[in-house]
Amino acid sequence: MIAEFAALLLATVLVNNFVLVQFLGLCPFMGVSNKVETAMGMSMATAFVLTLASGCSYLAYHFVLAPLNLEYLRTITFILVIAAVVQFTELLIRKTSPLLHRVLGVFLPLITTNCAVLGVALLNINKAHSFVESLWYGFGAALGFALVLVLFSAMRERLAAADVPAAFEGPAIGLIAAGLMSLAFMGFAGLV
Amino acid sequence: MMLQQVSAPHLRAGQSTEEIMLRVLLALVPGIIAMAHFFGAGVFTNIIGACIAAVLCESLCLRLRDRPLLLYLKDYSAVVTAVLLALALPPYSPWWLITIGTVAAIALAKHVFGGLGSNPFNPAMVGYVVLLISFPVQMTQWTAPSSLAANPGVWDSVLAMIGSEAYDAVTMATPLDLLKQNDGFMVSALWQQYPQFGRFSGVGWEWINLAFLAGGVWLLQQKIFTWHAPVGMLAVLGLMSALFYDGGSSSSGGSPLFHWLSGATMLGAFFIVTDPVSGATSNLGRLIFGALVGLLVYCIRVWGSYPDAVAFAVLLMNFAAPFIDYYTQPKPYGYQARDADK
Repeated sequence: MIAEFAALLLATVLVNNFVLVQFLGLCPFMGVSNKVETAMGMSMATAFVLTLASGCSYLAYHFVLAPLNLEYLRTITFILVIAAVVQFTELLIRKTSPLLHRVLGVFLPLITTNCAVLGVALLNINKAHSFVESLWYGFGAALGFALVLVLFSAMRERLAAADVPAAFEGPAIGLIAAGLMSLAFMGFAGLV
Repeated sequence: MMLQQVSAPHLRAGQSTEEIMLRVLLALVPGIIAMAHFFGAGVFTNIIGACIAAVLCESLCLRLRDRPLLLYLKDYSAVVTAVLLALALPPYSPWWLITIGTVAAIALAKHVFGGLGSNPFNPAMVGYVVLLISFPVQMTQWTAPSSLAANPGVWDSVLAMIGSEAYDAVTMATPLDLLKQNDGFMVSALWQQYPQFGRFSGVGWEWINLAFLAGGVWLLQQKIFTWHAPVGMLAVLGLMSALFYDGGSSSSGGSPLFHWLSGATMLGAFFIVTDPVSGATSNLGRLIFGALVGLLVYCIRVWGSYPDAVAFAVLLMNFAAPFIDYYTQPKPYGYQARDADK
């Protein structure tokens, strides 16, 4: 049991990393990786929302859509669920911890458009995960996202100071670096 | 253009890039000789091909970036990259394989990022991984060591390089391949079954690794790099293999000596992990960097799908190096007192 869950976590964080292997969630990966602090804020917010959203979409699918034979509506339903979870998270954080809200503030609404969140919800259904597995899969995906986002942001701070040829400045060199990282992540193939 | 500001201690280190790179090349010589002894003239054709491709590619990139040609070519960094890549390739590689790898190393991994000093990834390892993923068949055919099968002669190795069909070499699985594909044999049985295994690791490989170790120790004595990264890598690699050695059973990952003296361990520990540009910068950072490279090498070798893992481990840690630096910045001199006030 524990070994299974550890393997699932290792698989989602490293072997099938959502950003560098499955290429999901690239917009925040390129968009909020200019500074390490903001990347950390974004990672924390995403981790919270992803775990919660994968649980909620599991419930929505198995207790609302499946009994009504409306499985084909899952994409639009999940988008709605994710948007609701994001709004709920924002309200909750604003009321309970103003400090955290100030740190995460800008990033919370952005998560609605993170395709990794929708991707996890849909993959959970495709892979027929149980409720606990869905939560764990979502958490693992968020952990993998956080890992590469924070490491990438530290690298981009360094790239910002490098003497990059004009044609490659900015997002272009970021994408090349991300491509090379993706190449390096192929080394994890077969680990689990 | 930004004017360069040079901060306080205006002492000269006395070592130019050119000098350091030449010493690195010199330190590679024993390893190259050992490799040529066991794998034949193909090692030299690899090196010559890669050097020519590297110098041409470097010149072209410098030209495109409007940089002075001679000044940058003279620092020999392109040649060092080329030699490291050539040593990582299987001997008797065809010219197009060498060229693609070298161009990936010099243009994609170095000049696009702003040339020497700005590249976040080790150029030689980028070239190697690009080739390994694009041409897995050519990249995994290692010639048999000379004591097990006759190596092709000089003329044959030239033919092999220009891609002539007439040439055929005896290739054999490397010891790391054999241990990975092992199912159900005790380590000692494996040793008796295959002639590729030598005293500690593979025939030839143990001497090649020892030769690279000798070169690396000389560089260490010359203070080209500090001991932190190589020691961190070798210590963790040894520790992991000791933990999972399992007394040489059929599921054993191999002994520490086997891992130290197999594949690219020593070349990686002393010539790749110590790269001053793409690695961590502080001493503590280097120790962490090296240790994690060692951990990744072991994990990918034993549980991953690639038999050797130095290139992947180094690239993955290059990716993490800026973050390691972020948290291991040494305190500036005199900062202690103000820190205590907080």
